[in-house]
Amino acid sequence: MKSLEELKALRDKLQSDMALREDGEDKIKILVGMATCGIAAGARPVLTEFVDEIAKRGLRNVQVGQTGCIGICQYEPVVEVFVPGLEKVTYVKMTPDKVAKVVSGHIVGGAIVQEYTIGSETA
Amino acid sequence: MYRANVLVCGGTGCTASGSASVIESLNAGIAAHGLEKEVRVVTTGCFGLCEKGPIVVVYPEGAFYQSVTADDAKEIVSEHLLKGRIVGRLLYQDETAGGGVSSLSETAFYKKQLRVALRNCGIIDPEDIGEYIAVDGYQALGKALTEYTPEQVVQVIIDSGLRGRGGAGFPTGLKWKFAAASEGDEKYVCCNADEGDPGAFMDRSVLEGDPHAVIEAMAIAGYAIGARQGYVYVRAEYPIAVRRLGIAIDQAREMGLLGEDILGSGFGFDLDIRLGAGAFVCGEETALMTSIEGRRGEPRPRPPFPAKEGVFGKPTILNNVETYANIPRIIMLGAEWFSSMGTEKSKGTKVFALGGKINNTGLVEIPMGTTLREIVEEIGGGVPNGKKFKAAQTGGPSGGCIPAEKIDVPIDYDNLLAIGSMMGSGGLIVMDEDNCMVDIAKFFLEFTVDESCGKCSPCRIGTRRMLEILTRITSGNAEMDDLAKLEELCYHVKMNSLCGLGQTAPNPVLSTMRYFKDEYIAHIEDKTCPAGVCKELLSYTILADKCIGCGMCRKVCPAEAISGERKEAHSIDTNKCVKCGACETACKFKAVVRA
Ligand SMILES: Cc1cc2nc3c(=O)[nH]c(=O)nc-3n(C[C@H](O)[C@H](O)[C@H](O)COP(=O)(O)O)c2cc1C
Ligand code: SF4
Ligand code: SF4
Repeated sequence: MKSLEELKALRDKLQSDMALREDGEDKIKILVGMATCGIAAGARPVLTEFVDEIAKRGLRNVQVGQTGCIGICQYEPVVEVFVPGLEKVTYVKMTPDKVAKVVSGHIVGGAIVQEYTIGSETA
Repeated sequence: MYRANVLVCGGTGCTASGSASVIESLNAGIAAHGLEKEVRVVTTGCFGLCEKGPIVVVYPEGAFYQSVTADDAKEIVSEHLLKGRIVGRLLYQDETAGGGVSSLSETAFYKKQLRVALRNCGIIDPEDIGEYIAVDGYQALGKALTEYTPEQVVQVIIDSGLRGRGGAGFPTGLKWKFAAASEGDEKYVCCNADEGDPGAFMDRSVLEGDPHAVIEAMAIAGYAIGARQGYVYVRAEYPIAVRRLGIAIDQAREMGLLGEDILGSGFGFDLDIRLGAGAFVCGEETALMTSIEGRRGEPRPRPPFPAKEGVFGKPTILNNVETYANIPRIIMLGAEWFSSMGTEKSKGTKVFALGGKINNTGLVEIPMGTTLREIVEEIGGGVPNGKKFKAAQTGGPSGGCIPAEKIDVPIDYDNLLAIGSMMGSGGLIVMDEDNCMVDIAKFFLEFTVDESCGKCSPCRIGTRRMLEILTRITSGNAEMDDLAKLEELCYHVKMNSLCGLGQTAPNPVLSTMRYFKDEYIAHIEDKTCPAGVCKELLSYTILADKCIGCGMCRKVCPAEAISGERKEAHSIDTNKCVKCGACETACKFKAVVRA
């Protein structure tokens, strides 16, 4: 290490694990339903895809977690997105290739991807 | 990138309660479920709640699990990590809030705490310099080297109001200023990690949990006073701390954060560890420096002060581990930030090792000015078994007690001195109605008599005479004028001893005499110990009207002092009784009484 700039660059690179350990109150939370039904329906690849996508974009204010069964097993894999101060949005029948669109559209862009939501399914 | 981090405490407390097997079991479970790429297990330093160890915290949820076994760890993997279901039965139980809480910061134990010195303990992996760098580690050193002159660094520390956390509370910035002003081609920066107070373990926890903070601070101190070499003096009884500090120093060297030309600034600094054998007197600054030189650790008179003539006769500063742990934050966030915490003359926070008759034993860091009541009743969760709080001892063998009537005094250096105690290094032992204050004073004095180095006679002989008087008192052989003699001896030893050990040794006696004189008098005049502790003043008897003659007490008595027919009242032969108390515990009918 030869300079403070180098040290700062290294710090920024190493920060993703630390972001995980911060207080999560004002962060966006993405919760993937990971009960038995969710896992059977393929929730695990969806979860890892979210983690990778968030990492790729270096989004520090987003937490990816799991939740249990939310009682709509026929729509699994289910993903809930909580933006602080806003109402929860539920995406259903998620697949890994739908993830990028949710992240770019909703998480980064702030626009809900209506076509994947539970509303569009039941309608 | 990982979606979850599992932090497991690898401090001395949790290691003793089995955290290594928990880590093994977690890793095995994670591998079995194919979660290696998603979940990372991190070994950290102390979380503070040693009583409830091994501690496991799962992020991002911040779920706080206590007393985790290897089997529990499997369940954490299969339930929480795989399915996202928090394992309720393992969550930390917050007695004061009446139930399980999942998040660390919600607990009564943590809510009133303010973590500055302990900021990274239990948060980062102390054996990975990358984790320290990720939480702004070495940024303060970088800032000092690039933005400040050495004089400016000293000024920031002076303005912050930081005072030494090792005992005496001397202003740290001033100490640095004196050493910076001393002429010398070579100077030294030393760290006191001797931690001799038998009730304290915060320095160990900082070294185990955040060793780089101390290294960074010492390099900053080196820049400030013009030193290129530092020594950390740590007792050999702290193997985990010594090992982690060694790893940290190696990693810092490898990254070029110790050694020549740090961060391209031209400034060079390096560090070595010196192991102490654990003598209390070696924590005294002049003895410590003599010991670093490789000679027998004995105090010498001051002046000359270490800032002029310290290690190898060169200008030296010595600070405590916790003192150093505050430095990087002060440089990063500024003197004003630091001095906004605390009281008028005691800024910042202080770490206490909470022990004795208290529900939550462990490490707590609180803003200066917090009251003892808040520590005992809120953070500490109160005195167990419905007993009454009687007093707290701060400052270990150099300090004194704070009686219940002073429980609302805001804790800072000056208030503690005014009530006859002292901050000391931060041991805080809570006592309830079952503690005998004369016995407590005797306990600490026994410690100082053992640890006196013997160089000067007031301490060597004086403390021994004091202990003899105390022994007479607790065995019922003292007269009232022994009290006056004891007090006179106290002042004599205080005034005439060469070093701080002797000068402070009488404090536990003086403060208990000040607040609990009636207990001393009861021992002398009535030959009784009101708390029922001093064995030689106790006698056990059986109340004939309560005894049903079950014979339980006779069975457990190791001295065969109890006799009696079945179903008839038993009695104790006081000549044979060894006062072990086994009969009192054995009797289900409360027929055995101690007086
Ligand atoms: C008998 C005796 C034992 C001491 N033990 C320690 C100790 O274990 N750790 C410590 O930091 N200071 C200890 N001190 C205080 C040191 O002499 C010194 O004041 C302190 O390390 C200075 O650092 P500070 O200004 O950062 O507190 C002890 C003092 C005496 C008289
Ligand atoms: S006061 Fe006690 S410990 Fe200190 S130099 Fe004298 S004998 Fe040694
Ligand atoms: S145990 Fe109690 S009740 Fe039984 S014989 Fe002894 S004193 Fe009496």
